[in-house]
Amino acid sequence: MHSREAGSATLALGGSWRLSQRLPRLARARELLDAAPDTTALDFDTAALTDWDSGLVTFVAGLEHLCGVRGIHCRPDGLPEGLRKLLELARALPQTGRGGHAMQPAPSFISRLGSDALDLIQSTGEIMAFFGEGTLALRNFLLGRARFRRSDLWLIMQESGADALPIVGLVSFLVGIILGYIGDQQLRQFGAQIYIADLVGLATVIQMGALVTAIVLSGRTGAAFAARIGTMQVNEEIDALRTLGISPMEFLVLPRMLALIAMTPLLAIYADLLGILGGAFVGTVVGGLTLSAYLTETQLAIGWNHIIQGLIAATVYGAIVAASGCLRGMQCGRSAAAVGQATTSAVVTSIVFIVIAAAVLTILFDAVGLS
Amino acid sequence: MRIEGITLGYGDTLVQQDLSFDIRCGDVFVIMGGSGCGKSTLMRCLTGLLAPWAGRVLLQGESLWERAPAGRSVLMRRNGVMYQSGALWSSMTLEENICLPLEQYTELAPEQMRAIAEYKLALVGLAGYGDYYPSEISGGMRKRVGVARAMALDPDTLFFDEPSAGLDPISARRLDELILELRDSLGTTMVVVTHELDSIFTIADDSVFLDAETKTMLATGNPRELRAASPVVRVRAFLNRGDAG
Repeated sequence: MHSREAGSATLALGGSWRLSQRLPRLARARELLDAAPDTTALDFDTAALTDWDSGLVTFVAGLEHLCGVRGIHCRPDGLPEGLRKLLELARALPQTGRGGHAMQPAPSFISRLGSDALDLIQSTGEIMAFFGEGTLALRNFLLGRARFRRSDLWLIMQESGADALPIVGLVSFLVGIILGYIGDQQLRQFGAQIYIADLVGLATVIQMGALVTAIVLSGRTGAAFAARIGTMQVNEEIDALRTLGISPMEFLVLPRMLALIAMTPLLAIYADLLGILGGAFVGTVVGGLTLSAYLTETQLAIGWNHIIQGLIAATVYGAIVAASGCLRGMQCGRSAAAVGQATTSAVVTSIVFIVIAAAVLTILFDAVGLS
Repeated sequence: MRIEGITLGYGDTLVQQDLSFDIRCGDVFVIMGGSGCGKSTLMRCLTGLLAPWAGRVLLQGESLWERAPAGRSVLMRRNGVMYQSGALWSSMTLEENICLPLEQYTELAPEQMRAIAEYKLALVGLAGYGDYYPSEISGGMRKRVGVARAMALDPDTLFFDEPSAGLDPISARRLDELILELRDSLGTTMVVVTHELDSIFTIADDSVFLDAETKTMLATGNPRELRAASPVVRVRAFLNRGDAG
């Protein structure tokens, strides 16, 4: 930068100013302006400028701002015409967003507390509304008035039931092996390995079969429900259903609820069988029992009351998984990120409620004498 | 850019065939035609997203689709693309959306990138919106941010897929002005997919007309000249709002 007349300075810009290169920083221009505090006008000399792009435009725009703050008049006559036009174009448009979020002060603790409380109230209201609408949809279904496609119901049953058989089977078999090993280690001390069958059989049929099935379904099917319905929110497909007078609760949620309520107990029975087989594998290979002795002991240990407990638990867990997935999907925002949050939230919600339900059901079964 | 005998399709479905035309450097080139004729499909091919069934796309003499994916990616970097919906990354702020290509392909300091992002947003009338998320702004605004992001690296060629659709008349006119200004100031070649006649006649230097029925191009040339004197009735009818004259 050099001075030609009193109060006037000229900034020479030369060489190539392209984004693909390292560009001079605005701080350098600030130093030059600070070194010449008497400057009242700034001219540009671009005779040595070879080529330029947005890198130079941004630099000049920043420089104009610096000059404005210092009360220096920027005279753009020396700049290339195209550059002047681009600067004008950026200034010509209304800038209604000035300030944006950055200008908003960080909320205080009380403000955050209040905001969280309001969110909790709103969320509780949404959950209540969801269950209210769900109940009405169920009533309409029982009265034969619910509007949904039966083919959807069969497809969801297949996807959440038959298609889940391999993963549910594998996990249940492995859980049976784990229970069998734990039982073997303890019962071996008393020469009572035969009771491995009782331990594995009862634990699996009463709770573990249903629990393992529900947790697998939560990660597999509940998450898929939330992602599917959430994506429909993003694409305004749910709005389109509403404007046609079709209840999303009947069309989307009801078939998913029915499918999981029907399929989870069936999957739980399958999980029970595979879990018992896992225990039998340990009992025969590690515990030295015969297969027939193991199965006979299992048969003696398990009663109908235990099977009923497991089936009731599985039905409740299935409803929880479906409700959590659908609820979070329906609550989903309008962006791809919101779909991810809805999916995560669906899995967390269902697992937390499944564990709570397991505890409540265990106490309840004991209270009514089913244990 | 030279397009030589391009044939395009999805699966077994033919979309367009035997397309051959040149796009001159520094021109605003419009790809026009009725709905469903394959304009956006052609743009996907030109931007390296959809391989043609046959033919070549030559960028400054280099064949886009005969290069290995890594080489193709280098060529594609010279292009900026504005998608119909904006296609912004929803987990990033508007500023981050524009800064991402700068972070990947330049050695600029963070404050320089932020300044460029702010300037690009100002160009599309959204100065001060840098820390908003895409979900917090309207569809039209998302579209304008899409333009700003496409311009982030000052590409040699800018592709616009239906830029005016969904914009209010003032924003649409501003966008047309911006396209012309960028062309004049930076020498950027513009390829615009559109069927908005006002926009076509305002900005286009050259064009190609795609036909859905015959699945090929029916005309190339300046749209104003085609409107007056194209020998093809369907082209004249399109450019005269149904009146073939």
